[in-house]
Amino acid sequence: MKRKILGVLLSTTMVAGMIAGCGGNSAAPAAEAPATEEAASEETAAEETTEDTASEDAASEETTEDTASEDAAAEETTEVAADEGKVLNVYAWNEEFKSRLTDHYPGYEEVDATHGKIGDVDVVWNITPSDDNAYQNNLDETLLKQADAAADDKIDLFLVEADYALKYVDTDYTMPLADLGITDADLADQYSYTQSIVTDSNGKLKGSSWQACSAGLIYNREAAKEVLGTDDPDEVQAAVSDWSKYVETAKKVQEAGYTMCSVNDTYRVYSNNVSGKWVQDGKLVIDDNLMNWVNDSMELVEAKAENTYDLWGDDWAKGKTPDGKIFCYFGPAWFFNFCLDADQEGTIANQGGWGYCVGPQSYFWGGTWICAATGTDNASLVKDIILTMTTDKAVLKDIAQKDADCVNSKTVLAELASDDSGNLELLGGQNPYQQLAEGAEKIDLSNLSAYDQGCNEEFQNAEKNYFEGNATPEEALDMFKKAVMEKYPEVTVD
Amino acid sequence: MKKKSKVVSYNKWGYIFLIPFVVVYLVFQMIPLVTTVYNSFFENYRSGLTQIGPNFVGLKNYVTIITNGDLPTYLVNTLIMWVMGFVPQIILSLLLGAWFTDPSLRLKGQAFFKTVIYMPNLIMASAFSMLFFTLFANTGPINSLLLQLGVIKEAYQFMSHVWSVRSLVAFMNCVMWFGNTTILLMAGMMGIDPSLFEAAQVDGATATQIFYKITLPLLRPILVFVMITSLIGGLQMFDVPQILTNGTGDPMRSSMTLIMYLNKHLFSKNYGLGGALSVFMFIITGILSLIVFKFTASDKVEKKRSKNKA
Repeated sequence: MKRKILGVLLSTTMVAGMIAGCGGNSAAPAAEAPATEEAASEETAAEETTEDTASEDAASEETTEDTASEDAAAEETTEVAADEGKVLNVYAWNEEFKSRLTDHYPGYEEVDATHGKIGDVDVVWNITPSDDNAYQNNLDETLLKQADAAADDKIDLFLVEADYALKYVDTDYTMPLADLGITDADLADQYSYTQSIVTDSNGKLKGSSWQACSAGLIYNREAAKEVLGTDDPDEVQAAVSDWSKYVETAKKVQEAGYTMCSVNDTYRVYSNNVSGKWVQDGKLVIDDNLMNWVNDSMELVEAKAENTYDLWGDDWAKGKTPDGKIFCYFGPAWFFNFCLDADQEGTIANQGGWGYCVGPQSYFWGGTWICAATGTDNASLVKDIILTMTTDKAVLKDIAQKDADCVNSKTVLAELASDDSGNLELLGGQNPYQQLAEGAEKIDLSNLSAYDQGCNEEFQNAEKNYFEGNATPEEALDMFKKAVMEKYPEVTVD
Repeated sequence: MKKKSKVVSYNKWGYIFLIPFVVVYLVFQMIPLVTTVYNSFFENYRSGLTQIGPNFVGLKNYVTIITNGDLPTYLVNTLIMWVMGFVPQIILSLLLGAWFTDPSLRLKGQAFFKTVIYMPNLIMASAFSMLFFTLFANTGPINSLLLQLGVIKEAYQFMSHVWSVRSLVAFMNCVMWFGNTTILLMAGMMGIDPSLFEAAQVDGATATQIFYKITLPLLRPILVFVMITSLIGGLQMFDVPQILTNGTGDPMRSSMTLIMYLNKHLFSKNYGLGGALSVFMFIITGILSLIVFKFTASDKVEKKRSKNKA
């Protein structure tokens, strides 16, 4: 008999353990339990009831939280309301925003690599690299569950990049800034392109950025002296002022033993100056300017003046040191600070060896926008972060000087351009803000679409095969179309 | 009466203790299998954050996969890379297995070497291919070495040539799995009656003859097991080429495997096409395994016949 009791006990624990392991949502094992042992079914019943009450609690919390946040928004207070959530969840794909917040947001204290504190609110960083779409996958899954999540698990802030901003902005998952109490007057000093990118189809502004990412050509001064006999930004600019001059210069660069850059570096310059969107009326359209990129690049690859390295790879990064023998990179202001490894011994940036000029065509690249997630329980804190980080002129000037970033404020950029405060050490003391500000005014984003990231990535991947001699131009284009069909089943290609 | 009930209750315990397996099997194998087939009949994907479907479309997904003609290409890629890795792997494993189990060699430090050859399998495949990606980069150590030795004049772009990428994938798979195969084959070899080897030696057979006439034939069941598991593993090849080629399967998708292709459809959460593709893979794996299985079954019949003759 004892043995039997022991058996019942063992099997009960086993079944109960299994049910607990499966969690509350799998109905199948829970239904099986009563058939085996009474004890087990009792246990599950108890479990279920506690879970039910828990979820009800969460639901009621949610409603109170919602009203609280609305109240806070209506009051337009910059103070952190006492009745708001104690956890601020931030989704990002790299450390950039975190370091900006650490350095420039008053009252932010770093706790450890993924946690911080603002007052008594815990800031939780959820940083997923954007490689292979991991960041967006993660964000998508969490946003889709946002409505049912517990208040402290809801996303409060998330960051988006220009390439896919529309994907998030044009949905209800992103909160209009007006609902947070941020007015147009607050944002008047920003560049208009930074706003048009995050304006949804109903004309509502849904994000804000501290950066204006007009970009240009960042050249190696040493190489410029050797090849062109000068490292003066104006004279270098004259040598690369349009694509035919650029190609000429690139060939000279090659003769001097340097490589101009990677074909993928110039890609954005072409793709920003297209005449239409990637997808028009549900159909894929390959712009003429992109074919220009293919043809120009092929010419330079054949002349060995450009390489085909993938951006961010080890091979590509070798150019940051003098041994890499790279003439230039293409990039915006965040590139100076974030990608040239200025604080690393032995890099060109460390020796102040780069120069900046506009290059063949003005364009923009990237930039990080801060969006508020619908359902946030920290509305007033979110509002304050957005206002401080993207509109406070003192903070923006600080960011520009400390982090060599091109900030999203016309007055601050004008100030920086007017005196020596904008001189950058890694550019050998050059002040690039005049050019950066001019570039930012010229940016036109009317041809941006939600398909940009996938299409740009696949186009570069496919054409790489052509550049490396593994495919004819037609085969490479077919490969591109195939990849687009896989990524976007709703798009037709011919 | 009492006795009878006891028997019945023991039977009951048997079933009760089977429950964990059955539940795990149902939840993690059967339900996914059935839902995959079910999903394959629907148009069901996500465009941005907008869910499209599920709409019933019948066999449209299957037709799409058959007509675009990609499936055979990627199947061939997968099989080529599998064979390129499996052939050296099985030869190496047989050789090592034979040496390790040969009592006349009296190898020292066997435990050490057995551990060492198993080591590569302990490293995550993705970490291993990341390592190779860095080693064989255009400006990586292998190229620098070859340049300095004067073997080549210009950096060889390992990732831009069809056969160098495939060879790297095959090599990595071989290195990662030969230890595992060796251990399996050794277990098989040690299960062979030693008196057979002794008898052969007494009869004057050479080591080669013993290997071909005794070890190999008696090892067949284990060899077949190794073949089938490796084949299924090979068809599911994913992480090594995925990381090595950055998910592109380049050059021109010549190193794209079936699962990498499946992964492409999951970018848009395309469960319809993904499901249909999985069903095709299920069929392909089934057919290939069946072929290998048939091959062994006929062999057993032959063996029985020869025994009868003797």
